[in-house]
Amino acid sequence: MPDRLDVRKTYKLYIGGAFPRSESGRTVTIDAADGTFLANAARASRKDVRDAVVAARKAFGGWSTRTAYNRGQILYRVAELLEGRRDQFTAEVRHSGLGAQAAGREVDAAVDRWVWYAGWTDKIAQVEGASNPVAGPYFNFSVPEPTGVVAIVAPATPSLLGLVSVLAPVLATGSTAVVVASEPHPLPAVTLTEVLATSDVPGGVVNLLTGHVDELAPVLAAHADVDAMDLTGIDGDATELEQAAAGNVKRVLRPPAGPVDWEADPGVERLRAFVETKTVWHPVGV
Amino acid sequence: MTTLHPAIETLPEPGGGEAALRGFLHGLPGVDQVGAEARAAGLATRSIKRESKLWALELAVRMTDLTTLEGADTPGKVRALCAKARRPDPSDPDVPPVAAVCVYPDLVPIAVAALAGSGVHVASVATAFPSGRASLAVKLADVADAVAAGASEIDMVIDRGAFLSGRYGQVGEEIAAVKAACRDARLKVILETGELATLDNVRRASWLAMTHGADFIKTSTGKVSPASTLPVILVMLEAVRDFHDATARAVGVKAAGGIRVAKDAIRYLVVVHETAGAAWLDPDRFRFGASSLLNDLLMQRRKQLTGVYAGPDHFTLD
Repeated sequence: MPDRLDVRKTYKLYIGGAFPRSESGRTVTIDAADGTFLANAARASRKDVRDAVVAARKAFGGWSTRTAYNRGQILYRVAELLEGRRDQFTAEVRHSGLGAQAAGREVDAAVDRWVWYAGWTDKIAQVEGASNPVAGPYFNFSVPEPTGVVAIVAPATPSLLGLVSVLAPVLATGSTAVVVASEPHPLPAVTLTEVLATSDVPGGVVNLLTGHVDELAPVLAAHADVDAMDLTGIDGDATELEQAAAGNVKRVLRPPAGPVDWEADPGVERLRAFVETKTVWHPVGV
Repeated sequence: MTTLHPAIETLPEPGGGEAALRGFLHGLPGVDQVGAEARAAGLATRSIKRESKLWALELAVRMTDLTTLEGADTPGKVRALCAKARRPDPSDPDVPPVAAVCVYPDLVPIAVAALAGSGVHVASVATAFPSGRASLAVKLADVADAVAAGASEIDMVIDRGAFLSGRYGQVGEEIAAVKAACRDARLKVILETGELATLDNVRRASWLAMTHGADFIKTSTGKVSPASTLPVILVMLEAVRDFHDATARAVGVKAAGGIRVAKDAIRYLVVVHETAGAAWLDPDRFRFGASSLLNDLLMQRRKQLTGVYAGPDHFTLD
């Protein structure tokens, strides 16, 4: 029997529930940490950013108005599928320079993190919301509502746990996301989108762009139809991005000041980052 | 000197008899549907950039018939639409006003009052829009009513039932009668190409309308799918061009329904330029019937000027 030909994979973008090539036709080569060639991936352009934002905006209405309980069920199902692809994720995470055991631990932590955020969908309102005492005949209460379209620059490493840690809280609170994947290690992110595409997460809720962060982040920061920006993956000075984001008064999460311990308990900080507090005054006794 | 196709050397006279009209319309050369689709698809790939794109976007704004044809229309909604027609982007006085506002006949007085002195035309649908299922007397009364209320453009629908069953004379007489009832108002004849089934029929209906007095031929009511498509517009523009060659009378074309994004609008303009010629890149000769298109044109225009993608939250709702 003759040797099989290699079936090489070309990694594509994930926009509006489909897997298109970059509009520009460009690709980047992805190498493992030791320099060996792994694959070609799409190099997204400005116009791919535009399409991704349109898709995220279109999906926002449906995703944000689902009940929190239903969002929790959908996200938990994603965790089930992640667990089923554990071996594939482990192999891809290893390419970022980890040993087999460390990679396995990262994948486990990522799945656990996803389950953890899935559980928060119908609980964050109790923690973040409040019944406020007011000096008048009113019920006064505050509830967190989803911000809208959130642009996320995912951290370069850890390639899977970092992405899950920034993406899951945005989905849990009902926003939709345009994610710029880790520039050196985007393969786990692309595999995650394959999981999302076969789960019950509607198309457009998550959109993934691979390519150069320097090229994509400024377009997202300036885009007037993006409501918030998570700059966690920006290495170095983010002043220009923050200034561009001020153009339509985006909610901005600044890059972390120092190294982040991604395996530590994340708390509710990220759930709190991309919600808008709505306060309602309701007359009493009428 | 253009050589005319032998089929259009002698045009039928209005009222010249059913047989002569049928002979003329069926003598028109057939449309190669695959060819028309390929030609339209080829033109749609043309890339328009920078200054040309900005020019095209502003031209498309000037060509827009801002339309509201809903059962739920109110005077307030029409007034809001008229304010938008006068100044599409309140934050930028450089954006030109649109060509016209298109409403149902009973709302024409409201639109006329709201647009006084702006140069924006008031168009009214008439003749039992959108189905066209009423007697000729009722249709003519509908038209007279709209004209008396001050509409300067009338959008009529043809009787597709009569056209498809071959009663061309009846359709032609209706168009001629409505044209007479329009007096000074411009007449746009809606062919409802989505119900005509073939491009041959589109070509015949175009010629039928033009030879009976249409000032514009319009694709659709917007109530039937498919509405306006590029191959249909291509065929209509060819008819308009050939009619101009034969008679020196320029008839306009209006694409209505289904055009929602600026990219599509620019594709239409390319087809207009390449088929009828640059003279048709004018609001008196080509129109878009649309409502949501305008905001996308404004968003893309701002993108061209600022380099930053605009969001719909920053433009007026309609």
